Amino acid sequence: MGAELILAVPALAAAIVYLSATVLEGRRGRPWPWHRTVCWIAGTMCAAAGFFGPLASAAHDSFVAHMAAHLLVGMVAPLLLVLAAPVTLALRALSVDPARRLSRLLRSPIAHVFTHPVVAAVLNVGGIWALYLTPLYDLMQRDMLVHWLVMLHFVIAGYLYTAALIGIDPAPHRPGFVLRAAVLVVSLAGHGVLAKLLYADPLPGVPPAEAHAGAELMFYGGDAVEFVIIVLLCAEWYRVTGRQLRSVASAVGRQPTRTRLRSPRTRPSTKGASA
Amino acid sequence: MSRASNHPGTNPLRYRSYWGGFLLGIAMMAAIDEIVFHQILAWHHFYDDATPRIALLSDGLLHAAELFVFVFGFFLMLDARRRRSFWAAASWAAFVTGLGLFQLWDGVIDHKVLRLHQVRYGVDLLPYDFAWNAAGALLLATGIIWTATLARRAQSAQIAQTS
Repeated sequence: MGAELILAVPALAAAIVYLSATVLEGRRGRPWPWHRTVCWIAGTMCAAAGFFGPLASAAHDSFVAHMAAHLLVGMVAPLLLVLAAPVTLALRALSVDPARRLSRLLRSPIAHVFTHPVVAAVLNVGGIWALYLTPLYDLMQRDMLVHWLVMLHFVIAGYLYTAALIGIDPAPHRPGFVLRAAVLVVSLAGHGVLAKLLYADPLPGVPPAEAHAGAELMFYGGDAVEFVIIVLLCAEWYRVTGRQLRSVASAVGRQPTRTRLRSPRTRPSTKGASA
Repeated sequence: MSRASNHPGTNPLRYRSYWGGFLLGIAMMAAIDEIVFHQILAWHHFYDDATPRIALLSDGLLHAAELFVFVFGFFLMLDARRRRSFWAAASWAAFVTGLGLFQLWDGVIDHKVLRLHQVRYGVDLLPYDFAWNAAGALLLATGIIWTATLARRAQSAQIAQTS
């Protein structure tokens, strides 16, 4: 356990760097929203739970604990980290030259590829399919290094996936709502189908009762996290549509949307219509 | 913008509130199925050993789409309200249509064609299947007739207004 504490260093560093940046921003008179800071701290804690501590050690013996770690590291932590908008904070807090370099990196072709929803979803959901349908899971349970690499992949792929779908950070070339919605539905299905397959055919060495509990946790837990992502994606659609409505209204040079659009009274409804 | 987006006219199918209600109807029946029959009564099973593998894929896609539709339906309703084109009766007609469509789809495609799982286990299925699908068909027919009635009434109201 003592040696494993070294794994806490990246998580701690991530938290400290983020907190320093928020303090810096506060001193410059541009306070950073506190709820984003809370998301970042919670996100790093969830991610860290997959690498060391009670859950990580239980995950070696129990499939249910393994699945809980997968949900926490691969889904909950990325969602929280994305909501913390670290790139926006970095662009604000960094001085001009490094900020420019960062934004050039974000616009580079390689960033474009990895932040594309389809690529990110394949990395994320394809990664878990590969984990459970190849001997990788078995290897991961025996070899600590493989275990950490798999967990690291979960965090990074989960982050790219979530950011590609509902990112708050600036993302040049983010595709439209329909593509992102389709990717979200298909990847959610990929996650759920894998959960049912693990229910039907437990992994070697996993007792059926444990496999069933773990698979159901994967299915419903995945649903819960994806539900939040769906709400955030639809809310973004609602905001963007509203902006378009307003800009159309102002381009036409009339009243704002609210009063310009037809009132309900002129609708061709009949007496019972408003019931 | 165009007249059409602000004045959807007399056809309920051109109202965002209609499609919002439709999506919510589908999602509501899916939620009833999941909560009442899977979780509370435990008549349905999470996984049935007789399920063909390919059916798992279609079920997974359908389930994911339901979850999406459940949320998007609400936002469509909000959008209709924001555009001042909310038509409550059309929403309800569509809601009932959605309820029926999902119930019938579940009863015919999921239970019988794909054989994902059955209504209940260890009983004679015939009365259960009959009740399930009859309820679905009744809801669907009600929704469609309601929609048609609304369209006709709106049309005659408009003719009365213009003449």
